[in-house]
Amino acid sequence: MTLIHTMIAGLGLASAASLAATAQAQDFETGGKLLLTRGISTIEGSGGGGLSSWALITGNETERGIGGTAHATQVELEDFRFQSAGFAIGIHDRFELSWTRQRFDTQDAGAALGLGQGFTFEQDVIGAKIRLFGDAVYDQDSWVPQVALGVQHKSNNQGAIVRAVGAADDSGYDVYLAATKLLLEHSLLLNATLRWTEANQTGLLGYGGLNDHSLQGEFSAGYMLSRRFIIGAEYRFKPDNLGFAGEDDWVDLFAAYAVNQHLTVTAAWVDLGSIATFDDQRGFYLSLQAGF
Amino acid sequence: MSFNSILIAGLTSIAFTVSAHAAQPPHAMPGELEVDPYEVSNANAGAEPITDPAVLAAFNGEAGIARIVDGLIAGIQADERIEGVFRASDWPRLRRTLIEQFCYILGGPCDYTGRSMASVHVDHGVTTAEFNALVENLQDAMDAEGVPFAMQNRFLARLAPMHGDVVTR
Repeated sequence: MTLIHTMIAGLGLASAASLAATAQAQDFETGGKLLLTRGISTIEGSGGGGLSSWALITGNETERGIGGTAHATQVELEDFRFQSAGFAIGIHDRFELSWTRQRFDTQDAGAALGLGQGFTFEQDVIGAKIRLFGDAVYDQDSWVPQVALGVQHKSNNQGAIVRAVGAADDSGYDVYLAATKLLLEHSLLLNATLRWTEANQTGLLGYGGLNDHSLQGEFSAGYMLSRRFIIGAEYRFKPDNLGFAGEDDWVDLFAAYAVNQHLTVTAAWVDLGSIATFDDQRGFYLSLQAGF
Repeated sequence: MSFNSILIAGLTSIAFTVSAHAAQPPHAMPGELEVDPYEVSNANAGAEPITDPAVLAAFNGEAGIARIVDGLIAGIQADERIEGVFRASDWPRLRRTLIEQFCYILGGPCDYTGRSMASVHVDHGVTTAEFNALVENLQDAMDAEGVPFAMQNRFLARLAPMHGDVVTR
């Protein structure tokens, strides 16, 4: 059992214990968060922005209850189609557990790469997150952000292919430390995340290769136009571990709209740079998140 | 009658007027239920005033604040999530102290004469969900007054840290 499995299991056990204590108190509250403050679901299934994991805990629950979200995301790029779908639970606004399946359809590019038309990589991401301290929303009299520690274990279903292109492994893990702060006086939401990762294109092209784990930064900023509507941008630094193809940082410009406390729709323009030798992978991102 | 005695008489009558006024202290105002005496201080408002006059102007001054508080109270009374929390409230006192508190924090020419957030809420068992429900009602009332969202947030930023004193459960 690796360290990462131990961490996920530990967070899972802590979540279960927390749930059991709640159940004993017969106090299963749901709901209570303010609109949008549960965040949306990243392409890796964690509560956050769209590309970057944040310190917010998913679900509408407060510290007294449980909540959950399900998401479906599609990104139409120049040469590829990316999809993710999954669900997550939030416990006491403290713990978050998530499962997500990603599909990366190479479409015509698959034939050009010799993989075959429409060759598709799939990857499962299991995530766990714990909020360590701070409250992004209420601590407006302090600069201290909400800080969370998260882990994501990812496994790719195309082991032979990702090894053939130079990856060291078909599964891997990310550990991240995220800090989220709402600067309410300025209607601004800021996030900074440090990710310890060896994932190539988040793992869709395997793990490691020329390099092992490295620290990568992720930065997001959003401006709230109303209780329901926030626009912003994200920048995600990425490693570059594969010899056969360069990997670029990711950028997006997003707009998220909370239709009500249960449904959030997010649209974005993304620039994912070069993927598997295909340059300028820009396109449109659409994500639906339902939650309680 | 010497000048001194006139002066003394004058001062006495002033003192008498002041003490007559003080016979209606903030803990026992006419038309309100009496609460235990407490030390009156603007510090009880729980936030420092906003100094930018543009914010008070965006709230349409004291008249706007009074309408917002009336809207907030109407919202609370109609909101099943929190109506019960406030059921035993002394509405005239709540209205007066909320107007004072909002006016003081928004930089208006008001003093807050109510109790601190911690002492008011200590026995109420308010939850985060109920705190947030109140925020939503306040946002609705500010919307109805036409306060721009960014200006609402400048006010809410002063209220948000009260979560720690208000939420006890």
